[in-house]
Amino acid sequence: MTLLDLLLEPLQYDFMVRALATTVLASVVCALLSCWLILVGWSLMGDAVSHAVLPGVVLAYVVGAPFALGALVFGVLAVILIGVVRDSGRIREDAAIGIVFTTLFALGLVLISVTPSQTDLNHIIFGNILGVSPAELAQVAVLAGIAFTVLVLKRRDLTLYAFDPAHAHAIGLSPRRLGALLLGLLALTAVVALQVVGVILVVAMLIIPGATARLLTDRFGRMLVIAPILSATCSVAGIYLSYWLDAAPGGLVVVVQGSVFALAHLLSPHGGLLRLQARRAPAAAR
Amino acid sequence: MTAAVEVDDVVVRYGDVLALDGASLTVRPGRVTGLVGMNGSGKSTLFKTIMGLVRPDQGRVRVLGTDPDAARRRGVVGYVPQSDGIDWGFPVSVREVVMMGRYGHQGLTRRPRLADHTAVDEALDRVELSELAGRQIGQLSGGQRKRAFVARGIAQEAPVLLLDEPFAGVDKRTEATIVRLLRELADDGRTILVSTHDLHALPQLADESILLLHRVLFHGPTTDALRPERLARAFGLDTGLDLGGKVVVA
Repeated sequence: MTLLDLLLEPLQYDFMVRALATTVLASVVCALLSCWLILVGWSLMGDAVSHAVLPGVVLAYVVGAPFALGALVFGVLAVILIGVVRDSGRIREDAAIGIVFTTLFALGLVLISVTPSQTDLNHIIFGNILGVSPAELAQVAVLAGIAFTVLVLKRRDLTLYAFDPAHAHAIGLSPRRLGALLLGLLALTAVVALQVVGVILVVAMLIIPGATARLLTDRFGRMLVIAPILSATCSVAGIYLSYWLDAAPGGLVVVVQGSVFALAHLLSPHGGLLRLQARRAPAAAR
Repeated sequence: MTAAVEVDDVVVRYGDVLALDGASLTVRPGRVTGLVGMNGSGKSTLFKTIMGLVRPDQGRVRVLGTDPDAARRRGVVGYVPQSDGIDWGFPVSVREVVMMGRYGHQGLTRRPRLADHTAVDEALDRVELSELAGRQIGQLSGGQRKRAFVARGIAQEAPVLLLDEPFAGVDKRTEATIVRLLRELADDGRTILVSTHDLHALPQLADESILLLHRVLFHGPTTDALRPERLARAFGLDTGLDLGGKVVVA
């Protein structure tokens, strides 16, 4: 069997084609968003939103609505609740996030335990990439398309918001609105990624690609190119690996992304191990 | 000449803390005005009210004849932030930072046009950073970073420029460069308001100075503002202490 056969063989199955398409869509839009998330310092927020959508997904299954809708409602609800708790003044943001997302996640677990059998806990929590239906793929494509378009059009404003919100305000923009936009996109994107890797691992797709790209360049514009390409490649590799090894696809997608991050960390010109070596070498020579 | 910035009997409270307590002042265009006070004296709050970031509980602020919200929509106030408020590891180049000054002049996606590139080039040239324009912002020295942000204000074409502690962490020579630059900008007719608790550069820099301790204690020529007994009051020292003189000489 040649390498080409090896790559083409899975594609004769429709479910694999859908899996790969969904994965590419999700990983590209997650990677794009991750570039801002890591710079604004919202990694924990990504974790929170992705966990908090669980009850929304379950309820959507129960009433037969598109699961993305339920997830979006609860994603936004989580963001609002976190804001309310934090702005009360006595509770810090990290605590507010911790309280809100664990409670909503727990609510989701309770809902799953009392709903009839068709909601499979494992699929929601660990993703169900190999079981994506054509309708779900269409849903993912629409949501990813929206998030992608908004991110690309608003990229300069969002970068300014991340870098210097006071200046954004000074030139007549609203940092508040830009922050809300970023949070809305976070909820949307978390929903998209959920399909691939499940609630628990979504945060990996929302952090690792941006972080890896950051190691490789000092230019934000380049990050926006590197992160999606790298992430899509890693994710596709993860899906193929899962086919060949007959192992968990969601897990492998994240393992590959994490491994590439580790590699980038070792080889990065900015603070990688190679640089440490280079720094040590002249010191030793002296 | 009319006032560029008018602050009239402004009161700002944060919960129980009174940051500004009936502050009134007028800043004139074409001059460098120093805003002097210790930490917690209300300098930053005053800046925020001028920028419209904080709404006064009482009193009125006018910037070039309009309220701060209208002023910021016109982009007339440029802001050079304090060093510790900026993430210097952020992956933007010096040029990109200066380009951010142009966003108010651009369309919805902030795609730069020829006029924007020209304005950025000129601003970079003015602060003598043209050769370093491609560097990541954190790879500049402390003084160069300040100049990059001043360039952003120039590119913004902001007639009013607010600088928050521009001399913190800057060496003597760079300080002189910044002073010269700000003097030139004032000579162009811009309004320059510099908040600082660093007094030794003030006489060369500021035509007039304001001593602030929740309200305006003194507003007049810088040399008068730096009299020991006045400073002692502004910095909350007992007038009996003989520390003021040393502060000025140093």
